[in-house]
Amino acid sequence: MSNDTSSPKVNYLNNDYSIKSWLLTVDHKRIAILYLIAISFFFLVGGLMAVLFRFELATPQGDLVSAETYNKLFTMHGMVMVFFFLIPSVPAVLGNFLLPLMIGAKDVAFPRLNLASWYIYMLGGTLTIFAAISGGIDTGWTFYTPYSSTYANTAVVTAGIAVFITGFSSILTGLNFLVTIHKLRAPGLTWSRLPLFVWAHYATSIIMLLGTPVLAITVALLAVERGLGFGIFDPNLGGDPVLFQHLFWFYSHPAVYIMILPSMGVISEIVAAFCRKRVFGYTFVAASSLAIAVIGFFVWGHHLFLSSQSVFAGMVFSFLSYIVAVPSAIKVFNWTATMFRGSISWETPMLYVLGFIGLFSIGGLTGLFLANLAVDVHLHDTYFVVAHFHYVMVGGVIMGYMGGLHYYWPKITGRMYNEFWAKISFLLIFVGFNLTFLPQFVLGQLGMPRRYYFYDAEWQTLNVLSSAGASVLGIGYLLPVIYFLYSLKNGKIASQNPWGAKGLEWEVADTPPDPHNFHEIPVVTEEAYAYAKEAH
Amino acid sequence: MSTSSESKHPALADHFIDLKQQYDSAQLGMWSFLLTEVMMFGGLFMCYIVARSQFLEAFVDASHHLSIGLGGFNTIVLIVSSLTMAMAVHSASEGHQKKTFKFLLGTLFLGAVFLGVKYIEYSAKIEHNNIPGDNFEWHGVANPANVELFFGLYFVMTGLHAAHMIIGGGLLIWLMVLNHKGRFSKEFSTPVELVGLYWHFVDIVWIFLFPLLYLIGRHSA
Repeated sequence: MSNDTSSPKVNYLNNDYSIKSWLLTVDHKRIAILYLIAISFFFLVGGLMAVLFRFELATPQGDLVSAETYNKLFTMHGMVMVFFFLIPSVPAVLGNFLLPLMIGAKDVAFPRLNLASWYIYMLGGTLTIFAAISGGIDTGWTFYTPYSSTYANTAVVTAGIAVFITGFSSILTGLNFLVTIHKLRAPGLTWSRLPLFVWAHYATSIIMLLGTPVLAITVALLAVERGLGFGIFDPNLGGDPVLFQHLFWFYSHPAVYIMILPSMGVISEIVAAFCRKRVFGYTFVAASSLAIAVIGFFVWGHHLFLSSQSVFAGMVFSFLSYIVAVPSAIKVFNWTATMFRGSISWETPMLYVLGFIGLFSIGGLTGLFLANLAVDVHLHDTYFVVAHFHYVMVGGVIMGYMGGLHYYWPKITGRMYNEFWAKISFLLIFVGFNLTFLPQFVLGQLGMPRRYYFYDAEWQTLNVLSSAGASVLGIGYLLPVIYFLYSLKNGKIASQNPWGAKGLEWEVADTPPDPHNFHEIPVVTEEAYAYAKEAH
Repeated sequence: MSTSSESKHPALADHFIDLKQQYDSAQLGMWSFLLTEVMMFGGLFMCYIVARSQFLEAFVDASHHLSIGLGGFNTIVLIVSSLTMAMAVHSASEGHQKKTFKFLLGTLFLGAVFLGVKYIEYSAKIEHNNIPGDNFEWHGVANPANVELFFGLYFVMTGLHAAHMIIGGGLLIWLMVLNHKGRFSKEFSTPVELVGLYWHFVDIVWIFLFPLLYLIGRHSA
């Protein structure tokens, strides 16, 4: 470990500066950076679309954009955010960077497949942008048939192919993680000593492997139906549109857990580091990740309560949807218990943990309202649903992602970000987020349907609040771009372990890491989060 | 874990400790990939089950117009190709370069025969306008729209399977190049083994497709 050298040591960032060394790299750390750049771009694109239609919704009439454009905007927002930001965000950036470091490996199991996954992602992304400018797509990100297969006259096939292709990038990431965690752990790193971040990614990779291929074949069938007029989903041709919904949600509900589980892993890491305590109930937190992955595959029918699904199936899916909330609740309780009597410090990553716990709890609990058969009849397809899943996606996933970015920024770049501006940014995000989405719960309860271009004048106040919140949220997300980029040249040089955290990635690997991660393969002799035991 | 040799084997990648770790990772990776394939074909089979249960009569009617002779012949061809593939895996692991080549070539040949027969079958369907779409024609007893659904599934399922065969053919050629360069030995023949797994999987998919599309319809009639 170096702490005195003035000339920088060789690390993965300065060992080669050529463009080629980046675009053809098989180093998991550099691939993570490639993903970070690409994902930030798509986040910006998806975010700008949201700002645009929130402006539109500031008035009850449709006046800023046309109705067709509005439909395209919310569709592209959903598609870009889900497939090109939320799903790859934590796994492809932080997971790629950290998994090998956390388990004491030199790289992921299949480095070239890892690079291939980035190129596949970029190909899918490029096609999506192409779809956006060659007619856009207006089906909603859910591509429901028969509208998508028969009636929409937008670039459905192009967008479908883009989703199909991007799916393989996700599959490759999942496959790489699964094998890496199984086969590349350092000597002494038993399953019960794995950091919870690794457990979360293990569970995630299982969902990626089992779910994504089903989505792939579903959108492929949709494209075939649209292109060749073969009617597996078209009722006019004997097909069944509800079958599409079943297949679509068989992937797309577990996909929610692909998004949230890795963020939960980040939260476990941060909460231990900033409370100076081992995560309370380690085994339960690890097992709950697996439980979510398994049970998550059996709840998709709660999207079909009003789609002619039988009442019995509805009851079963309703029950299972309640059950899947239990492992999430276990995590929330355990993080809270970890904080109890911990010596908490209040740097930005910890603020994101608190943000996550609060907002994810609201998101999760409102999910129970929707899992209730009778209540869902009233709330289905209203803004209540929109608010619910944004509390999980933005309040949960992105809070965890942002927290992780701040926490690992010194590890990734060797520089400290500006703590003051980071706190301001957190505050803006937290306030802006709640201002945007709390009113939407009320709007949904009052009956405002989602995806509508105009609305009753009596709902304007709440909509204006929401639009104002979206602007604050937007500024909150732009600030980190500025202070992160600024820190690359001007930030304080990070010490080896600026947070004094436990784990191979902080204690053994250099900051920033060596191109080969470790100078020699580490041997693990203690459990995860072995912070000094406190007297009780 | 055993460190078998002091000097590094040329096939051993930097980030693995030894060939055993590399081999285990490759195996697990391939099996995981095959799992994703099961899920992908599984979605299609699900569609088939739903459609068949709704339109049994049309599916029975349509399946009578598939050639059991050609389908059965292809089934035998694929099973034999799995045998030659298994022999290729074995001889590669024994380090027999020439034998490996022969078995790989044999497998490739049988794969090509399968695709050739498939081409004949598809041509007949095209001739009779059994391709779903505006020109679809059906003169049987069942509702043409539902028969169209059967043929849609038939083409998607066998088409996806054929695409896997074509990819498999490419992989076999790649293996023959590696084999020609003398890359396989008793210590290292992982690529042959992995392609073998893939080839058997594609074979097994057909073992399910053949009865579903060609056979069970007749039995119900």
